Amino acid sequence: MSIKNEYMLDIKSLRAGIAEREILKGINLTINPGEVHAVMGPNGSGKSTLAQVLAGNPAYEVLGGSATYNGEELLVLEPEVRAQKGIFLAFQYPVEIPGVTNAYFLRSAYNEIRKARGEEEIDPLDFLDLIEERMKLVEMDSSMLNRSVNAGFSGGEKKRNEILQMAVLQPKLAILDETDSGLDIDALRIVAGGVNALRRPDNATIVVTHYQRLLNYIVPDFVHVLANGRIVRSGGKELALELEERGYDWLLDAA
Amino acid sequence: MSTAIESLVNREYQYGFVSDIESDTVAPGLSEDVVRIISAKKNEPEWLLEWRLKAYRRWLTMKEPHWPNVTYPPIDYQASRYWSAPTSVKPLQSLDEVDPELVRTYEKLGISLNEQKFLSGVAVDAIFDSVSVGTTMKEELAAHGVIFCSFGEAVKEHPDLVRKYLGSVVPYSDNFFAALNSAVFSDGSFCYVPKGVKCPMELSTYFRINAADTGQFERTLIIADEGASVSYLEGCTAPKRSTNQLHAAVVEIIALDNAAVKYSTVQNWYAGDAEGKGGIYNFVTKRGKAHTNSKISWTQVETGSAITWKYPSVILQGDNSTGEFYSVAVVNNMQQADTGTKMIHIGKNTKSTIVSKGISAGHGNNSYRGRVKVMPRADNARNYTQCDSMLIGNRCGAHTFPYIEVENPSATVEHEASTSKIGEDQIFYCKQRGISAEQAVSMIVSGFCREVFQELPMEFALEAQQLLGITLEGSVG
Ligand SMILES: Nc1ncnc2c1ncn2[C@@H]1O[C@H](COP(=O)(O)OP(=O)(O)O)[C@@H](O)[C@H]1O
Ligand SMILES: [Mg+2]
Repeated sequence: MSIKNEYMLDIKSLRAGIAEREILKGINLTINPGEVHAVMGPNGSGKSTLAQVLAGNPAYEVLGGSATYNGEELLVLEPEVRAQKGIFLAFQYPVEIPGVTNAYFLRSAYNEIRKARGEEEIDPLDFLDLIEERMKLVEMDSSMLNRSVNAGFSGGEKKRNEILQMAVLQPKLAILDETDSGLDIDALRIVAGGVNALRRPDNATIVVTHYQRLLNYIVPDFVHVLANGRIVRSGGKELALELEERGYDWLLDAA
Repeated sequence: MSTAIESLVNREYQYGFVSDIESDTVAPGLSEDVVRIISAKKNEPEWLLEWRLKAYRRWLTMKEPHWPNVTYPPIDYQASRYWSAPTSVKPLQSLDEVDPELVRTYEKLGISLNEQKFLSGVAVDAIFDSVSVGTTMKEELAAHGVIFCSFGEAVKEHPDLVRKYLGSVVPYSDNFFAALNSAVFSDGSFCYVPKGVKCPMELSTYFRINAADTGQFERTLIIADEGASVSYLEGCTAPKRSTNQLHAAVVEIIALDNAAVKYSTVQNWYAGDAEGKGGIYNFVTKRGKAHTNSKISWTQVETGSAITWKYPSVILQGDNSTGEFYSVAVVNNMQQADTGTKMIHIGKNTKSTIVSKGISAGHGNNSYRGRVKVMPRADNARNYTQCDSMLIGNRCGAHTFPYIEVENPSATVEHEASTSKIGEDQIFYCKQRGISAEQAVSMIVSGFCREVFQELPMEFALEAQQLLGITLEGSVG
């Protein structure tokens, strides 16, 4: 790429923290449409922080550096604007909203994103068709639609629900934060199948995980290792296998 | 961010206008003479005047209650006026005779007194400054034998019913504000549904306070005869005024054997400004008596008033009777609410359900106060109480005061309580899905109140949801 603005996401020297503590200490990362990037690293290395900062969680403070999304300064945008522009975060810990049904929540989100694009709200019945089709993708039962958002869901149900939301909202840039943790092998296969089915040449995915396991199903183009708030190594999919074999310690020592 | 959430809860009160309507008022102050004047203005029979005077004398011996968890400067009962009525209200032959300015006032409030224009399926009694200005759909109701009229009219047309039931659930000696109401009540609504009749439409009373410095004292009496059923709605608004106004109403419900009464309130009195200046003091006594196999259900959505002091209750007198209380109480800015219910189990196999949702924002203070009492004879009485509080921001408060007295060992009493905060994490989760903070707050709050909203009749459920939306809406800071 000769012109920087052609990157979908261009993160430069990004520093960010929470509660007066610097966690990301200068991240550099570029992502093109169609790519899948895996971000790996030990617990506490800052993977979720990176995901949350990209999504705009106000609990985190940006301390320096920049990030552009399709050429536009990302870090100044409100979180809902980022979402409307196609950034989706599948949360490591999905939030419960008691009393608000999954169906209502999803339809509101879907319509907000449409409205932001100058499109009309979807007819509720058409939406039902759409959602039922997408539910098949993640093998979810339609009874989930009338349950409150994530309330009383098992860990696996919550993760699947995140992928359902992603399937409905069809983001340009999806960030999956430890979507594999707490999933048994069947659920993992279903979730990965959903993600793969949604891959398109014009969208990109960041898969945050600290196990190589998921990457057997979602094959990344690039693997980055995050340690102590820095990317200490980047490589192709074989790096994940190497990590599986050797652990992280050899990289931490190098860092 | 938490200030962003709080700025969402700032809103404008949209019913704060004053109507220019000529009124007949009595000079401020309270005495036996004032009680006599009120009774005379209403051409009341001697027995009712006597009842009022007994109430007044009793009131003189009583003290204003200070146990509620609310604070306010002492009320000077001699500074208030106890009578204000639109001069144009005379006994009306038809609704066409209602003062056009009054009709306009109600139209501004979204209530049409014009029968043709009115939403089918609801009959309205419009109460303006405590005086009924018109009741719609009377003829259609009369065809079913249902009496729905102003209290004053009921005293004239159906004195036996009024005399039999007035004070039978809330005696004049019940409490300070009930005694005051009994002495000076001006008007209100009356409803009687005869044996075996299912009231063919929703009945609704719409209260509007207009006059300044005037206490408001309505009295509502609802009687469902054996096997009858009725659903009753109550709405209320008032102009914005910088002084506080006292509203001390009494509602009595009698559900005879096998009857069912559902009473729903959306209370939106003026709440005062952001600094707590002005607003209505809503000190109301509401109680029902449930006879054998009958059911009384209270649903309330309390969003207005500077202070709310209100405990809609059910005396479960008859065997197998049921009492329900579903409540949403929202306080914002400097509002205070001390509200809840009493369920008194007297009969066998009586059952009560209490679902209370308190929402506090700004500097608001919200208390749930509930009493469940199971008397010795009430074998197999059952109560389920669920009491949830939600906090928006860090400067508001939520308190729960449950009192449980069980004098029968076969009773089952369950109490669940929770307090949650609208989390920044919930708001962020919604925003990450493209939903604005404003919409997120109203979605989260509606979700929190869902169990109560679904008890409201359709028309009201929408209104309540919108009202909550307005209450918690504003610009994102
Ligand atoms: N809300 C918080 N307050 C204080 N420290 C936090 C908070 N969230 C995360 N951290 C700290 O930031 C560091 C990075 O956390 P995180 O980004 O969640 O790591 P990862 O996702 O790689 O496991 C950890 O040391 C963690 O303890
Ligand atoms: Mg993490």
